[in-house]
Amino acid sequence: MVGHMAPDDKKDGRKDPIDEHLKRVYDEVLQEDVPDRFTDLLNQLRQQDQSKSGGKA
Amino acid sequence: MSDAPDPREEIVEHLPALRAFAISLTRNHATADDMVQDTVVKAWTNIDKFQAGTNLRAWLFTILRNTYYSNRRKAKREVADVDGVFAESMSEKPAHDGHLQMADFRRAFAQLPDEQREALILVGASGFAYEEAADMCGVAVGTIKSRVNRARAKLAELMHLREDEALEMTDSATMSVVSQRVAG
Repeated sequence: MVGHMAPDDKKDGRKDPIDEHLKRVYDEVLQEDVPDRFTDLLNQLRQQDQSKSGGKA
Repeated sequence: MSDAPDPREEIVEHLPALRAFAISLTRNHATADDMVQDTVVKAWTNIDKFQAGTNLRAWLFTILRNTYYSNRRKAKREVADVDGVFAESMSEKPAHDGHLQMADFRRAFAQLPDEQREALILVGASGFAYEEAADMCGVAVGTIKSRVNRARAKLAELMHLREDEALEMTDSATMSVVSQRVAG
């Protein structure tokens, strides 16, 4: 089977309820605020790099 | 080329998608966030392995799924540690017709085998092409397609059953007709 279309393309134009649910479930997490622990972590990693290499980008 | 963006600075943009993918794999909020944390550290320290100009999100997703599967192998078990994130959403307001379906979808989704759930999320929700997903999972494109198809078939089966039960709950005669129709 040749599958070059996007997975949820339907020839008759109907939306697939599974895709709708899937996206909704996924989008809910996408819209959550990213917990501070991650931005803190990134800051930490950046600072570690800078102190190790003396300011190398 | 000296002002080429540092891919490490882009990682933060992909965190929501990474969390969504992690939660779909682990079905547990706490485990998912720990996994994303590990992924961020690995990505940061191995950024030299990332080819500038290629798909950073795909690269991050690949690190995350490798982490998930290697943790799973270490644990030597696949216990569904479902804390209800994907089985049932606390924040979801009941819609008049959508609520039951969403709850059933979440339950059905959580029951899929990891590889099928992952394939469906990558291709159906995260927007990767089949070829990209195949690359990330280290399998043939046909394997990804087959996993997606099996996942969708399973979900359709589980959800239609639930839908019919919801509609015809009080009528056992109708239920028998419904079961026959679904099985047919």
